[in-house]
Amino acid sequence: MTRLRIVVAKPGLDGHDRGAKVVARALRDAGHEVIYTGLRRTPEEIVRIVEDEDASIVGLSSLSGAHAFLFPRVCELLNEAGLGDVVVFGGGIIPQADRPALHEAGVRGIFGPGTPTDEVLSFLEEVVERRANGSPCGVGEGSDWRRS
Amino acid sequence: MVHHAVLERAAIGVGVDRLDSISLLNEAKNGSRRSLARLLSLIQSGDTTAIDTVQNPPASRSLGITGPPGVGKSVLTDRLASAFSDRGQRVAVLCIDPSSPVSGGSLLGDRMRMEESGADERIYVRSVATRDAVGSLPFRLSAMADALAHAGHDRILIETAGVGQTELGIVSIADHVLLVEGPERGDIVQAEKAGILEMADVVVVNKSDLPGAEQAASDLRSGLEFGRASTVPVLLVSALNHTGVVDLVETIENLIPSDTVSSMRWRLRLLESLQQTVLSDNRLEDLVRRLGDGEVSLQQAVQELLQPEDA
Ligand code: B12
Ligand SMILES: Nc1nc2c(ncn2[C@@H]2O[C@H](COP(=O)(O)OP(=O)(O)OP(=O)(O)O)[C@@H](O)[C@H]2O)c(=O)[nH]1
Ligand SMILES: [Mg+2]
Repeated sequence: MTRLRIVVAKPGLDGHDRGAKVVARALRDAGHEVIYTGLRRTPEEIVRIVEDEDASIVGLSSLSGAHAFLFPRVCELLNEAGLGDVVVFGGGIIPQADRPALHEAGVRGIFGPGTPTDEVLSFLEEVVERRANGSPCGVGEGSDWRRS
Repeated sequence: MVHHAVLERAAIGVGVDRLDSISLLNEAKNGSRRSLARLLSLIQSGDTTAIDTVQNPPASRSLGITGPPGVGKSVLTDRLASAFSDRGQRVAVLCIDPSSPVSGGSLLGDRMRMEESGADERIYVRSVATRDAVGSLPFRLSAMADALAHAGHDRILIETAGVGQTELGIVSIADHVLLVEGPERGDIVQAEKAGILEMADVVVVNKSDLPGAEQAASDLRSGLEFGRASTVPVLLVSALNHTGVVDLVETIENLIPSDTVSSMRWRLRLLESLQQTVLSDNRLEDLVRRLGDGEVSLQQAVQELLQPEDA
């Protein structure tokens, strides 16, 4: 298995952190190095953390309803910072109706309540595979590829 | 541009194209955080070219911040980082957390408490997992600190993982060591036993907003009086409420390197480097097997390891 450096971030004012912590632990137990940002980070801070930590993947967690603004904003800033090869995924309370716009912004996977950990891990395995054979999957790599 | 896929392969040791550490270092010197971040990844993964490029770093001051789990090292590190940054110093922080010996994974959570330095874009913060290190300090930590110095950081803070009894390693890496204690007496007894109290340059009793802090500080002072470290300052701080931080910053600024400690540091550094050499020796696995099968004694195994590898 490839050890990844993954940032798990809580953008905005949302104070629900249980889900993010559950996911962070699951990723750790799968052998990854997980940097947990803690609550209330701005999109700018999150991008700086991804950059400083040399993370190749960032997972965003939101339960407050602000995902529609915050997730695309993180994607946009990653691209502006030249971090278009970073993979963005996320979870929390994200209604189906909001998902196409997030996919459009470059979010490659969205996982709601009750998602089994294995699903998230198999998403990451697919990312690693795609990278190994040069298929696009980063936020700025202009691809239709996505999982859920 | 160096791609992540390449770095990931480098991280797991699969042969790859030789990455250009020198240009990463030059870009880092010109302010590229990403290049610095990637250089640090290469160094930690053991890339010898990357490690060689960061030899002979320019002057910088490094401070190890150590102490038992949960005493407030991260919050205090955060406050110190922004205080030094406000004084015009270029601050970098390395936060160490353990890797799971079972999964190899790590939950790097110190940043969670670093609200001020997170918002200050002048500060570079990097979380470091201990990976395959035997103790609580990751291998190549000194080289990582050297890379930060090359990139222009003149104040380097290293927060260790919450330490148990035998953690003295940080003394061999940082110029000075700050020991953080809490108001509970139990922690202090642990520190005395571990001998780390003797090695600290400054001692802080954090959480001075809670009862018992004054008492803890006076216990620590009398503990120190019996040792050779009687001049070590013991300060009361509440990282949470920002009290005592200004005095602490002054105290740290006025530290001067001491010669007696210096030989002890070199001793520890030598031992650390020896340990790394042994762990990366190709003959190790075979020797471990032969030891297990009773084919060689421990003494013989040590003798064999001390011979040059290709002999
Ligand atoms: C527990 C809870 C709280 C706790 C939070 C405790 C904490 N520290 O987390 C408390 C009581 C504090 C709280 C407060 C509030 N809450 Co509340 N809360 C909940 C509740 C009941 C459960 C959330 C939870 O912890 N689930 C368990 C975890 C494990 O699941 P999860 O977070 O969904 O995470 C899973 C997946 O979503 C996914 N996932 C999540 N993040 C990520 C990230 C990545 C990268 C990936 C891959 C996957 C992933 O994987 C996780 C594991 O399967 C939900 C209702 C619900 N059923 O979800 C409401 C809910 C989220 N809260 C809600 C509201 C409105 C509030 C308040 C505003 C209420 C108020 N008026 O005061 C406050 C706001 C607090 C704040 N500062 O933000 C609403 C949000 C509505 C919306 N989105 O439009 C909800 C949906 C309830 C509702 N139906 O109205 N809340
Ligand atoms: N009352 C009080 N609480 C504090 C103070 N400083 C830190 N804390 C709290 O102590 C808890 C642990 O703080 P951390 O900074 O994470 O402690 P740590 O030593 O870095 O912990 P590890 O890295 O896990 O060993 C948090 O809940 C902090 O809010 C303080 O000065 N006073
Ligand atoms: Mg900490």
